[in-house]
Amino acid sequence: MSTQASTQLHTMSHLDWLEAEAIYIMREVAAECARPAMLFSGGKDSIVMLRLAEKAFRPGKFPFPLVHIDTEHNFPEVIEFRDWKAKQLGEELIVRSLEGSIKKGTIRLPHPDASRNAFQSVTLLETQEEFGFDALMGGARRDEEKARAKERIFSFRDGFGQWDPKSQRPELWDLYNTRVHPGEHMRVFPISNWTELDVWQYIEREKLELPNIYYAHEREIIERNGLLVPVTEMTQPKAGETVTTRTVRFRTVGDITCTCPVASTAANPIEIIAETAVTDITERGATRMDDQTSEASMERRKKEGYF
Amino acid sequence: MNAITEALKLGTQEHGVLRFITAGSVDDGKSTLIGRLLFESKGIFADQLAAISKAKNKRTAGDTIDFSLLTDGLEAEREQGITIDVAYRYFATPVRKFIVADTPGHEQYTRNMVTGASTADVAIVLVDITRVAFEKGEEGLKATLLAQTKRHSAIAGKLGIPAILFAVNKMDLVDFDQEKFIATEKAVRELAVTVGVQEALVLPISALTGDNVVTASPKTPWYTGQPLLPILENIPSRADRAEAAHKVGFRFPVQLVARHDGHKADDFRGYMGRVEGGSVKVGDTVVVHPSGQNAVVSRIVFLNEDLPEALLGQCVTLVLDRDVDVSRGDQIVSSVDTVSHTPVRALTADICWLDNEPLNPARKYWIKQTTRQTQAKIKSVNQVLDIHTLLHGESTKTVQMNDIAQIELVLAQPIVADLYTECRATGSFILIDSATNQTVAAGMIVAKQ
Repeated sequence: MSTQASTQLHTMSHLDWLEAEAIYIMREVAAECARPAMLFSGGKDSIVMLRLAEKAFRPGKFPFPLVHIDTEHNFPEVIEFRDWKAKQLGEELIVRSLEGSIKKGTIRLPHPDASRNAFQSVTLLETQEEFGFDALMGGARRDEEKARAKERIFSFRDGFGQWDPKSQRPELWDLYNTRVHPGEHMRVFPISNWTELDVWQYIEREKLELPNIYYAHEREIIERNGLLVPVTEMTQPKAGETVTTRTVRFRTVGDITCTCPVASTAANPIEIIAETAVTDITERGATRMDDQTSEASMERRKKEGYF
Repeated sequence: MNAITEALKLGTQEHGVLRFITAGSVDDGKSTLIGRLLFESKGIFADQLAAISKAKNKRTAGDTIDFSLLTDGLEAEREQGITIDVAYRYFATPVRKFIVADTPGHEQYTRNMVTGASTADVAIVLVDITRVAFEKGEEGLKATLLAQTKRHSAIAGKLGIPAILFAVNKMDLVDFDQEKFIATEKAVRELAVTVGVQEALVLPISALTGDNVVTASPKTPWYTGQPLLPILENIPSRADRAEAAHKVGFRFPVQLVARHDGHKADDFRGYMGRVEGGSVKVGDTVVVHPSGQNAVVSRIVFLNEDLPEALLGQCVTLVLDRDVDVSRGDQIVSSVDTVSHTPVRALTADICWLDNEPLNPARKYWIKQTTRQTQAKIKSVNQVLDIHTLLHGESTKTVQMNDIAQIELVLAQPIVADLYTECRATGSFILIDSATNQTVAAGMIVAKQ
């Protein structure tokens, strides 16, 4: 190393680069938006978001509450973790449930056990209105899905919460245009540029705790359409299907009726990183029953206000 | 594959990030090239391949995979077979993490190309050799490039992307004709000089068949350069080239003021931001603009740690040794004034106009530069670039969507600014329409008054 180290440019590692970008974005939200909030589900991406928020704002408190839109079809381990984590950080957690919207009649499920994933948009927008949030930060990543790959970091939503992919605001350098009229809001994605592998490398580097269902465990499953469907109250075997016990882990955690684990013996972040580096199936491709219904399912949901 | 796995395992190998864009005219093969790079570097997953091979708007015949369907993620794009907006894709090799912006070729979507270009370290401009016009002259074959190739190169030049890789594509359709390639290369090099690109590399490829994408093609023995991927792995990123941002000295636009009146007797008051030029150490004397007051950096805080120094690109919180007036939008700079940091209220800038509504000099616009927002008036439009001749046209009052123009601005409040060529973060700005809230222009400062 030369003595010029401080005047020469250091190449930041890719994790440091991604971390700095996310911190910068979170601080821009805190500075420019009147009433921001951060979505927190207890999933791995949102746990990474909390760590980044700590890096952005400690020793102070977060300048926004955490919000969870609860489908009430969640894995209990994740909900326990959610509550424990918010308490550990000493941050405010607002939970709004789909049940509330169902009672109000703003959500009508086609049948009681239907996947509630797509209906989250309704409760999310109701919650946004209830608190007057003008910016909602989320842990969505562009590598997850092809419609997300098109979205800006600061993504404008109109009075109906709609995303208009054909007329997104140009986003230049790190100069984010956060201006909205009353009733409109922004969705902000600080970890847009992270991949699944980056997330796991960061979890390992920062020694972040996760709900244990992310690591290999034994679970009763049904094999259905190439997916491993977990046996739960909501997802029971159909006639002719057999239940087996397999060693699995979840790559992504969402509504219990549409999230599937993958066969894996990876019991810690290092083993998961090794698996992720060689996998040939995408995160959502292996695990989501609802994304594949049409080529554009995610895009359509996003136009209706989905995250 | 094993090497990649090993290197990526823990992120212990510091390979950094390279951001690049692909640009070029419609159907030049941008999306195909990205698909090819992802495929070859294992950035495409089996289920994605399965999805695109059964997609209903596939544009390739038979078993050939239509890679463009990977990046054209919107319904309207697949329906029309064109790229409308920037798609971001990610892949990594043992050497680097790559962030790719696949930008549209259609003229009406040039603003989206500007979006992708503003953050890019490298631009790959695709040149479709089947659409280059060749003419036999006295000095051999003469090539004429498409207007859109010139426009995209001009934008890349204006946005200060240090390196452009001109990928002369579809070489398979001209039987890897060396004479045609040489004539195209000559035209491209002339273009690069005209638009002010620091470094231009020209290489013959076929994105469809993979020639010279990852490995050297046996069909172009006359090409002695490297294939595309090794070039991308080794080319310096903008951060590697940030000598300029060091030259201007320490630049720290304040994002947020952090105040905590904790249970300890001592209050904490710190200034959050990112180092955008130079670096800073504890004990350094700094100047806070616009107040012009001096102070000494007493602490550099990151999470619960104290750092001795903050380097370019790092997000930290600075604590100063005395109470000075500091708020968001102010800038903390080095007390050594190597490149003037005196706040200014008048600027000359190159702009790319991005809005449907033309520039209206009678109106006021919001300007956002670093973390400061103030109002701006357009004093004059000096010139608009003629994209066909690449010459600056005559003075005119209208600047339309997709135009590149030079304007003079007057600001309501002074800002600490640098020239774009000296420091990108303090030399760039956006203009926002105060009525519609639309981002209407991307600006690059060329002179301060």
